[in-house]
Amino acid sequence: MFSNVDLQKLVFGRFTLADIPYHEPILLVTFAGVALGGIAVLGTITYYRFWGALWRDWVTSVDHKKIGIMYVILAFVMLLRGFADALLMRAQQSVAFGSQEGFLPPHHYDQIFTAHGVIMIFFVAMPFVTGLMNYVVPLQIGARDVSFPFLNNFSFWMTTAGAIIIMISLFVGEFSRATWLGYPPLSGADMSPGVGVDYWIWGLQIAGIGTLLSGINLVATIVKMRAPGMTMMKLPVFVWTSLCTNVLIVAAFPILTAVLALLSLDRYVGTHFFTNDLGGSPMMYFNLIWIWGHPEVYILILPAFGIFSEVTSTFCGKRLFGYASMVYATVVITILSYLVWLHHFFTMGSGANVNSFFGITTMIISIPTGAKIFNWLFTMYRGRIRFEVPMLWTVGFMVTFVIGGMTGVLLAVPPADFVLHNSLFLIAHFHNVIIGGVLFGMMAGVTYWFPKAFGFKLDPFWGKMSFWFWLVGFYVAFMPLYVLGLMGVTRRMQHFDDPSLQIWFVIAAGGAALIGCGILSTIIQFVVSIRNREALRDTTGDPWGGRTLEWATSSPPPDYNFAFTPVVHDLDAWYDMKNRGYARPLQGFKPIHMPKNTGTGAIIGGLSVAFGFAMIWYIWWLAALSGLAIFVVSVAHTFNYNRDFYIPADTVARTESQRTAALAGQA
Amino acid sequence: MLIAAAKSALSTRAGTGRLERLARAAALLPLLAATAGCNMVVMHPSGDVAMQQRNLVLASTGLMLLIIVPVILLTLLFAWRYRASNTAATYDPDWHHSTQLEVVIWAAPLVIIIALGALTWISTHTLDPYRPLSRLEPGRPIAAETKPLDVEVVALDWKWLFFYPEYGIATVNELAAPVDRPINFKLTSASVMNTFYVPALAGMVYAMPGMEMKLHAVINKPGTYHGQSAHYSGTGFSRMTFNFLGQEPKDFEAWVAKAKAEGKDLSRDAYLQLEKPSEREPVQYFASVADGLYSQILNMCALPGKMCMSEMMKIDARGGAGVHSRENREKLRYDNRHVEQGDEAPGATGPASGRPPRSEPEPGTKPSSGHDDKGTPAPAQLNNQ
Amino acid sequence: MMHTDTAPPGTAPVFHHEEEHHPETSTLLGFWIYLMSDCLIFAVLFATYGVLGRNYAAGPSPKDLFDLPLVALNTSMLLFSSITYGFAMLAMDKGRTAATQMWLAVTGLFGAAFLGIELYEFAHLIHEGAGPGRSAFLSAFFTLVGTHGLHVTFGLIWLIVLMVQVAQRGLIPENTRRLMCLSMFWHFLDVIWIGVFTFVYLMGVLQ
Repeated sequence: MFSNVDLQKLVFGRFTLADIPYHEPILLVTFAGVALGGIAVLGTITYYRFWGALWRDWVTSVDHKKIGIMYVILAFVMLLRGFADALLMRAQQSVAFGSQEGFLPPHHYDQIFTAHGVIMIFFVAMPFVTGLMNYVVPLQIGARDVSFPFLNNFSFWMTTAGAIIIMISLFVGEFSRATWLGYPPLSGADMSPGVGVDYWIWGLQIAGIGTLLSGINLVATIVKMRAPGMTMMKLPVFVWTSLCTNVLIVAAFPILTAVLALLSLDRYVGTHFFTNDLGGSPMMYFNLIWIWGHPEVYILILPAFGIFSEVTSTFCGKRLFGYASMVYATVVITILSYLVWLHHFFTMGSGANVNSFFGITTMIISIPTGAKIFNWLFTMYRGRIRFEVPMLWTVGFMVTFVIGGMTGVLLAVPPADFVLHNSLFLIAHFHNVIIGGVLFGMMAGVTYWFPKAFGFKLDPFWGKMSFWFWLVGFYVAFMPLYVLGLMGVTRRMQHFDDPSLQIWFVIAAGGAALIGCGILSTIIQFVVSIRNREALRDTTGDPWGGRTLEWATSSPPPDYNFAFTPVVHDLDAWYDMKNRGYARPLQGFKPIHMPKNTGTGAIIGGLSVAFGFAMIWYIWWLAALSGLAIFVVSVAHTFNYNRDFYIPADTVARTESQRTAALAGQA
Repeated sequence: MLIAAAKSALSTRAGTGRLERLARAAALLPLLAATAGCNMVVMHPSGDVAMQQRNLVLASTGLMLLIIVPVILLTLLFAWRYRASNTAATYDPDWHHSTQLEVVIWAAPLVIIIALGALTWISTHTLDPYRPLSRLEPGRPIAAETKPLDVEVVALDWKWLFFYPEYGIATVNELAAPVDRPINFKLTSASVMNTFYVPALAGMVYAMPGMEMKLHAVINKPGTYHGQSAHYSGTGFSRMTFNFLGQEPKDFEAWVAKAKAEGKDLSRDAYLQLEKPSEREPVQYFASVADGLYSQILNMCALPGKMCMSEMMKIDARGGAGVHSRENREKLRYDNRHVEQGDEAPGATGPASGRPPRSEPEPGTKPSSGHDDKGTPAPAQLNNQ
Repeated sequence: MMHTDTAPPGTAPVFHHEEEHHPETSTLLGFWIYLMSDCLIFAVLFATYGVLGRNYAAGPSPKDLFDLPLVALNTSMLLFSSITYGFAMLAMDKGRTAATQMWLAVTGLFGAAFLGIELYEFAHLIHEGAGPGRSAFLSAFFTLVGTHGLHVTFGLIWLIVLMVQVAQRGLIPENTRRLMCLSMFWHFLDVIWIGVFTFVYLMGVLQ
């Protein structure tokens, strides 16, 4: 018997059958849904014999466009999970008053709010941002691909591996209850034994490696791969914001990696970095995590600012107002984002001098941000604004974001923060900037660049439905939270004593339902658009009257992006080309040097899932085995010197003549 | 659904939707005003510190609205005026720079931030929680002979323990103070971080294990106010609430007398029992308190045989205790006491928690077999029964 | 062919290169950025050591534990390995494969000696009861020094892999590029170690 137990521990670590929540109806149904959906998808792929193509054209692809698309798909899938968590929280908080317990006990509710935050930031917002940057940046700078195409594929699969680990926690064991930033001492080994925090650590750690490498990749790409003539002050604003974002990623994510590693050491090795006892300092964790965490906020919002800049100038039919000040504002925000982290814990007692320093640096960020808002405003001034869906998101953003900005500056005043910190006012504030800023930006970006990626526009009616549901839903869901914050109601509560609060939570739940309709509209929009794709077809490659280089090539662009490397003379390069009678070259094509696909990224990603899972459940043999496998595969990869090939000139010529025909057809 | 469809139809003629949104925003303001009357405690506090913080919130918001309102209005105005269908509006596709305008758009926020920065610097210093009060209310200085009320606050899993060193009493989950007498809080925690927050009294501060925070406040109106932890601390966090009684001095004296009459003795053993994780702890009074208990809690040495943090820090300041000091490690272990005593840790997940995964209800049974009978955390699932 | 960005006056502007455009390789820049991000990981570990370095938890302090002559020997191993790596790069520059391989091997031996001494030091400390779980100071010490040691281990493996690849294919451009990257990595570790030696060992013992 005893040896049995030992054997079980040896083989399965701390995993037992009891850790599978097969008693839990909600999860069983979810699992059944996921399983059935999964089987349906796998079956379809098998039926249409799509496996080979999937592997060849997508999984192993090093094409920045396909990787970008896969990132965005990942973001949408994870958005559904994160939003399901949000609905559960809103539902619980709208019923759990007085003697009513609601349907989620703390043990479960706490996992849900942790998962919601983690998923929305790391596996929705980040893949969204990375995906759009990946897709658009090389096209906008007139490049064939990113600097390190294999690394790009690898980064994607590491991010996905992290997401898979988080999703596994839904069905095997439990997720962390220690909030999305996992503050010790609560997240330490003594206070949070069990697999939850370990799921959190390994999910983030593995995804974080992907993010860091992708950041390095895009910085190198923007610095080295720009088309001739594209000086820094002729970069499209989206490329500028992407550059700043990726510099932030490179400069911030190592800190997250290090801090998670230290917490892992506390949990696995018994060190004392963040424990209460033996000289550890939990406060150090607060500082370190927010030195990463605050730049992270700007990592998310800066690309959105870039998207709004592109969208505004395109749909106003006007060059962006104050390009130079836009660029300087972006750079100033980038630098300042490192000098504000302490405003996340003014109430920790740093003293008045330190608090006011960080409060004032935080406010200073609102100056360049304000300048940006004015720049968009004066781009609209004397424009010809076409209210296509991306522009609607932009105007919605401008109105919503300034409110969020205002409450943010309010929270930067330390004594005001003393009464609003950790309150629902704070929750309303950051949803105000993340939904109103990042999410609106990503929706604008997806709608704007979708025709570039797939060759047909998204259906505008369902796009508008989605926009209005999101906009109205946002206000209905989060304005009550501002009010509740002023009533002294704080965050992460599974239950409230005061029944008079209930009405506000019910309204907020209604808002969440409206947002749900918005998400549903987006899904319908995709389905309807795919079905009507012939009617929505864009053969010009430039459906919106764009101004930057991505619109110079076909939709979708060929593998090589541009048959000839473009030469840039002006800020709005494509607008300039159109204006000055650019003639598309029709002959003289040369073979094009391209990187070869490789499966290494996906294989290492898969092995990382196994490694993470083994570490989480203390299955040491599997950890050793998968760790070794990762090592062997990586080394073997370096022995492959055959990494590129040439697209023959006649293939290029054939592709380009098809485009010529298409252009002639629509003319 | 229909409304939204109508809205989306309207939005094709761009401005109409925008006007509607403006109308909604305008409708929101009276709504806010209406709610101000009911129970927005942060906007209507009863303590002078919270009142000053409220005023600061209002002043800062007003200052920022100076720029926010015009921006929102201009956005809506430009969106309406320069819509593509309005061919009467000027269209100037090459206008993209204006030095004067650039100066204005950088200077306007700068001016606001300079004003707000000055306000921040001054208010952060005057409202620093470490700083003793300088007044009871506007125009009411503190009388020279006033002795502040000392309260030592300990956040436990998941209840609040208050010591009154002046009266030798202690309470659980009930805090009382006479009106118009400055209160000097000292705060710490026995296990994980929490935040001490009485919205009507003053802003919140962290209560952290092994560390002491300070908070100075005064309550100006008698009443019963809500207090809570505002920093997530584990299973029982939502129930970690208490009542703060602002009382007339004679009522406060009576309250102290009641605690003395009804209260038990808070010995070290009683404290160690109390310290075990528990939820929905009723109000308790202690008529007497073991000597130096608060200091032992603060120094993480209430458990017999442990070395106090203060002593450890003295040794460390001298350069440590050398290589022959292995026994000190066990004397300083603190975080593992819950697990060693078989209590469920505050953030435990499966399999360590011994609970069935997720919200599986398990009526009538204990969440974990390893628990002792006293002081087990109330299983969350049983809260209803 | 038209390689200028601006067209001569009177002709149409040039909007594309007719020749295949080869952007300069980004590898060295990319690797440099990676090193800077790695540097930040060390920055966090140094900061952690700075904050926790005197929290001995009533236990041993640097004075009680560190053996400066041994660490000095260790440091010299790593410094020598950097010099010999430099010789390897000089040989590579002249295209002398055998000399390059020889110097790489010498570098590897110095690196292995460094690791051996470090492991001996760690084993000794743990044997004395001064393991990473003893105090926050020792946690920070083991993590900072150990992370550096892990990097050196990784560098050693990389060095061996590169030696095999150079043996297989000679000093082809891919391999020289990789040797350049490893060179940066190796010198970077040297710089980090100088920081460790100064802030952890010297200042710890001589404070």
